[in-house]
Amino acid sequence: MIRTPTPWLIYGSFFLGLVFAVLPLPEPVSAARPYLLAMLLAYWAMEVPLKVGLTTAFVLGLTADLVSSTLLGEQALRLVVLVFLVQRFRARLRFFPLWQQALAIGLLLLNDRVVVALIHLVVGSPQHPWTSWLAPILGMVLWPWLFVLLDMARLRARERS
Amino acid sequence: MAYAGKNPSRTSDSALTTLPLLLYLALASGLMVGDHRDGYGQVARQKMALVTGPFWWLASSPVRVFRSAKEALAFRSQLQADNEQKRHDLQMASARLHRLNAVVDENLRLRQLLGGTRGYSLKVRMAGIVDIDLDPFRQRLVLDAGSDSGVEVGQALIDSGGVLGQVVEVTRNRATALLVTDPDHAVPVQVARSGLRTIAYGTGHSDQLVLPNIPQSADIREGDVLITSGIGGRFPAGFPVGVITGLRADKLRLFVIADARPAAHLERGNEVLLINNLPPAIDVGPPATARPAVADGKPAANAAKGVEP
Repeated sequence: MIRTPTPWLIYGSFFLGLVFAVLPLPEPVSAARPYLLAMLLAYWAMEVPLKVGLTTAFVLGLTADLVSSTLLGEQALRLVVLVFLVQRFRARLRFFPLWQQALAIGLLLLNDRVVVALIHLVVGSPQHPWTSWLAPILGMVLWPWLFVLLDMARLRARERS
Repeated sequence: MAYAGKNPSRTSDSALTTLPLLLYLALASGLMVGDHRDGYGQVARQKMALVTGPFWWLASSPVRVFRSAKEALAFRSQLQADNEQKRHDLQMASARLHRLNAVVDENLRLRQLLGGTRGYSLKVRMAGIVDIDLDPFRQRLVLDAGSDSGVEVGQALIDSGGVLGQVVEVTRNRATALLVTDPDHAVPVQVARSGLRTIAYGTGHSDQLVLPNIPQSADIREGDVLITSGIGGRFPAGFPVGVITGLRADKLRLFVIADARPAAHLERGNEVLLINNLPPAIDVGPPATARPAVADGKPAANAAKGVEP
C-alpha cells in the first residue's frame, strides 16, 4: 500500500509547480497555462490527506502569490477553496475511473477560474483574457498523465527506500 | 487502513473542517484587502526576494539555454550569407570613403578659391531676433544689433533657407527688418530653371508670396525655385527666395499670378545673417550695359551670373 511518500517528493513537485507558474511563455499561451500547482495540490490532498491539507494549501498559495506577484492572498484563497472541495469529495474522487476523475478536476479548475474572476471583480482589477478559460480544459487533459506520473514516482521512491 | 482512516474523518468532517476553512478564507481575504488598500504586498515581496529569486532564475533558465544553443548552432549557410553581406558592406563603405576623400580634396580647393573673397565673408554677421511681429499688415523682426555694430538700412537678411527680408530702420543697438512676406515688401526674383525675371510681393501671410503680372506665355510652373536676381542692388543675386506652389489667372485673364512659399524659415530659428551688399565696383563695367540687352528668358541666367560678383 502506498501510504507514506517521502516529503521531498511532495515539496519537490510543489517547487516545480511554482516554477511552472512563472515560466515565461508567449503572450497568448501564457494566460491559458494550466494551474499545475492546484492540480498537484489536489493530487496530494487526495492521496495523502494527513500531510497535505488546508494549511499546506494556504502556505503554498501565499508563496505562489509572492512568486508570481498576484494580489497577496488571492492564490491562497483559491487553493484553500480547491483543497476543501477535494477533501469533501475525496472518497468519491479516489474511486472514480481516471477519465471521470479528470472531468471532476476540470470542473474544480473551472470553479477556480470563477473564483478568480469574482476576486478580480470585487477588487476592480482587470480580468484575464478569455484564453484563461481554456486553462481548465488543458488541465483536464493533462490530469491523467500527471496522475500516472506521480503514482509512478511514488512507487519508484518507495521501492528505493 | 484507508477505510479506517477515512470513515471517522467523513463523519466529523462537516463540523470540523468548515471551521479551519472559514478561518483560512477570512485570513486570505484580510490579506487581499490589506494588499489592495495599503499595498504592503509590495513590501512583503521585497522582503522575500531572496526566496522568490530562485524560482525566477529557474523559470527563465529554459530561455537562456535556448538562446545560447541557438547561438552555438548557427547554420553554416547563415554564416556564409552573413559573410557575403559583410563583404558587400565593406566594399560599399570603402567606395564611399574614396568618394569622401575626393570631396575633401574638392572642398580644400574651393576653400582656397574662396580665400580671395574673404573680405566678402567678413561682411556677414549674425544677429539675434528680439521681437517678431507677424500680423496681416506688418511682418517685421527686431534684431539685437544696431548701428553701433555696423548694421545699416538696406542690409539683406538671410537664414539657412533663403532670403528673409531687409533692414529698414536702425537705432543704436536695435534694428527693424521688413520680412519678405510683409505686404509692403517686394523682391526682384528670377526663376532658377528658366531665368524668367519677375517680382515677388509679400502677402501678409507668413507662408505665402505672390508674383503678379506674369505673361501667360512665360516659362514658369509649379515647383519652380525662385532666386534673387540681384537687380536693384538690394539683395545679392542667387539666394533662394521661394518655391512656386500654384499658378492662377488674374481677374482679367490676361496675366498669370503665381503663388510661392518662402524658402526662409520665417517661423523658426532665432538667429539671422545680415549681408552687406556693397554697390560693387564692377557695376561700372560691361554687365550694366549687357543687362538691358538680354530682353528675354534664356540669357538671363548669364545676366544673373554677371551680377553675382
